Amino acid sequence: MVSRSPIGQSVPRREGVAKVTGAAKYTDDLVIVGAWYGKTVRSTIAAGRLRAISLDPAFDWSRVVVVTAADIPGENVVHLIRDDQPVLARVGGDIRHKEEPILLLAAPERGTLEAAARHVRMEYEPSTPVYDLDGALEVYSTIQITKGDVDSVQGEVIERTFKVGLQEQLYIEPQGAIAIPEPGGAIRIIGSLQCPYYVHRALKRALKLSDAQAIVVQAETGGGFGGKEEYPSMVAIHAALLARKAGRPVRLIYDRHEDLAATTKRHPGVITHRTTVKKDGTLLAQDIEIVLDGGGYCTLTPVVLSRAAIHAAGAYSCPNVRIRARAVATNTPPNGAFRGFGAPQSLFAAELMVEHAAGRLGMSSVDLRRKWMLRLGDTTATGQKLTESVGSELVLDAALKAAATVQPSNRPTVRRGRGLSLVFHGSGFTGSGEKKLQGTIGFEALADGTFRILTASTEIGQGTKTIFCQLAADALGVSLDRVTLAPQDTSLVPDSGPTVASRTAMIVGRLVQDAAAEVQQRLARGEQPPIAIQKSYIQPDSLSWDETNYRGDAYPIYAWACTIADVDVDMITGEVRVTDLVTAVDCGKALHPVMAEGQIEGGSLQAVGWATIEEIKMKDGAYQNDRLATYLIPTALDAPRIRTILVENPYSRGPFGAKGIGELPMDGPAPAILAALHDATGVWLDEIPATPEKVLAACASR
Amino acid sequence: MRFTLNGRSVTYEASGARRLLDVLREDLGATGTKEGCGEGECGACSVLINGEVVDSCLVAVGQVEGCEVVTVEGLAEGTELSALQQAFINYGAAQCGICTPGMLLAAHVLLQRPDRLSADDVREGLAGNLCRCTGYTKIIEAVLSCRT
Repeated sequence: MVSRSPIGQSVPRREGVAKVTGAAKYTDDLVIVGAWYGKTVRSTIAAGRLRAISLDPAFDWSRVVVVTAADIPGENVVHLIRDDQPVLARVGGDIRHKEEPILLLAAPERGTLEAAARHVRMEYEPSTPVYDLDGALEVYSTIQITKGDVDSVQGEVIERTFKVGLQEQLYIEPQGAIAIPEPGGAIRIIGSLQCPYYVHRALKRALKLSDAQAIVVQAETGGGFGGKEEYPSMVAIHAALLARKAGRPVRLIYDRHEDLAATTKRHPGVITHRTTVKKDGTLLAQDIEIVLDGGGYCTLTPVVLSRAAIHAAGAYSCPNVRIRARAVATNTPPNGAFRGFGAPQSLFAAELMVEHAAGRLGMSSVDLRRKWMLRLGDTTATGQKLTESVGSELVLDAALKAAATVQPSNRPTVRRGRGLSLVFHGSGFTGSGEKKLQGTIGFEALADGTFRILTASTEIGQGTKTIFCQLAADALGVSLDRVTLAPQDTSLVPDSGPTVASRTAMIVGRLVQDAAAEVQQRLARGEQPPIAIQKSYIQPDSLSWDETNYRGDAYPIYAWACTIADVDVDMITGEVRVTDLVTAVDCGKALHPVMAEGQIEGGSLQAVGWATIEEIKMKDGAYQNDRLATYLIPTALDAPRIRTILVENPYSRGPFGAKGIGELPMDGPAPAILAALHDATGVWLDEIPATPEKVLAACASR
Repeated sequence: MRFTLNGRSVTYEASGARRLLDVLREDLGATGTKEGCGEGECGACSVLINGEVVDSCLVAVGQVEGCEVVTVEGLAEGTELSALQQAFINYGAAQCGICTPGMLLAAHVLLQRPDRLSADDVREGLAGNLCRCTGYTKIIEAVLSCRT
């Protein structure tokens, strides 16, 4: 019997019952018999050399396992892009940031562990730390994008500099991994993570393991947002080193304080725009400089910088563009992946720049956006010609239509304002990323009449499991309950690529759809199960990318969003309260409307937090507010009413036309909120977060 | 010492100074209650003690002597989900799910109030439970759908 297609239906979340009954097992929920507790001892200086480690002889070390860099069987690197980050700082080696891991401990009880940590002494040879972007230690990477010639034009020039701050992902489940030694020298990692194969590769390298000896399994994961893209490799290697030396399982679960103090954050940066326009509003040139702070080690910084640079000109068509971007090293904890991956930073600047230009020209910024925005057939800063699914005007119209009239404030000390932003976000990996990666999935028709999807794409709340099953069930013409998923375990599933970059539904989802369709055809031809196939991504010939010159098709497609934010500004306290947020999103096709809305709403609130209250205070290379009592994220009371309008504008190669939208909602709210702040107060703040202190200072200096 | 957990009597012999959270998770196997911050800021470890929402990371187990403790495991009747649990699934109120147990308990208490809840009441009532995935919109919709 052929079932009704589940595509476009908001079917129940696959693991929904487990999540609402408490049955879902997250890493720290797992009972592992005989497991010890692990702990990381970290540097207290920001820069210098580790001279010596000493263990207090007065302490009873007999029930404690101690691991230092000397215990690493493979290479002392957390494998990623540059391999510059040590697993543990070695004696005689450099320290490049506070909270850098130096030594690991494991013990059967937490009390022993805490006591042991108090009896470890480090001797350092400190050097002068560098925190200044201009005097930075080194440059991790540079990118230049050139279109036309910005120096050849003459007109009205507007120049502004924008600053964006650090942000913590703040998944509610802290980082954690359990390492279990297995026969044959294998190590099994069960952890909270987004990318099983990142951890697999890093584990093999540091522990000198074969493919089969490194086994990485994702437990139910309590949020990621990029924070569990690369950092879990560090946690997993640490747990594995302890388990190997202890000869027993070790659980290494961070508490919130350690997680806030030591793990990666969104890259802060400074972005300068020099925009040239004609008096009639024609956009002539955009000259943009971006500097991002990568912190003490490289992590994913060059890729973050790449996405920042490619999105820097905004969703606009301009004949002459020069984007010069660089990412530098400072003696702060390394920054890394966070939803949006550089694009929110550069789009914040690009969108406020439209507002500044509109102000200078005396035009409405909505009209200016209509004049400038990329449309079908236009080319982006990298020279990519947009040939389909360009939703710029659709989302602008939809958001304007949906936003109600602003009612004036009825409190004398509160001013009300509205702001708008228009953004685009490349779905999937940049340039030839997907081609190089060749993400692979497996698909099986089993003898019992069920079907099984084998993929390393993880469920981190966004709905991977549900959407993959919908796509497969539709292609097979069967009910959802006949489709199952293999666990995200590297010993069972192929490398489908990391769960990042708004690529899972669009790129991996399409592979699932195609594989299911192929199996369905084979069954229709009379072939008998079991049938097992694999499908790998094949880059369409129509896409071309020049990595050296940053020219060509930077992304297979873009998703678009227009956000309208209403704010109340308390002129006494300086508090900026976002009261209403409307976002229209061109998602190509909403495979599961409720989950698509959930992505937009959740991402939007993270952006509201980044724009208003989420501030990390740095002092001497350390985060001062490294507790939840002091690092604030929006509560249900702080959150605005959020309305999402899904605009379906299909993309030919997405499953049913779907485009990736996971990161997009992080881009638009911040500039819309700062434009609303201006609308309410007449003050331009070119910096986020717009904390009460900054708002009051800006109002006072006006 | 004795207390009631999800309607069943529990006899417990150990230090009364241990955190209720740890006793629930480690000794009684009730791992539905989560630890998000360990200092009473996030609400992931919310449980009900005599019908009040409390952060179990801030409670010593000795304090619940003779009390009725309810965790997320106590919301369903056997395999029958409560209306609120079903609403969380239907409305998309659970994404990563880590805040869900605490959120459900806080919402469960709100729904016991005699007055008809407004959206603002729900926002206020859930302000002690952080969620980073949903933006709260779908959680609020789910709770409001359960008003009688």
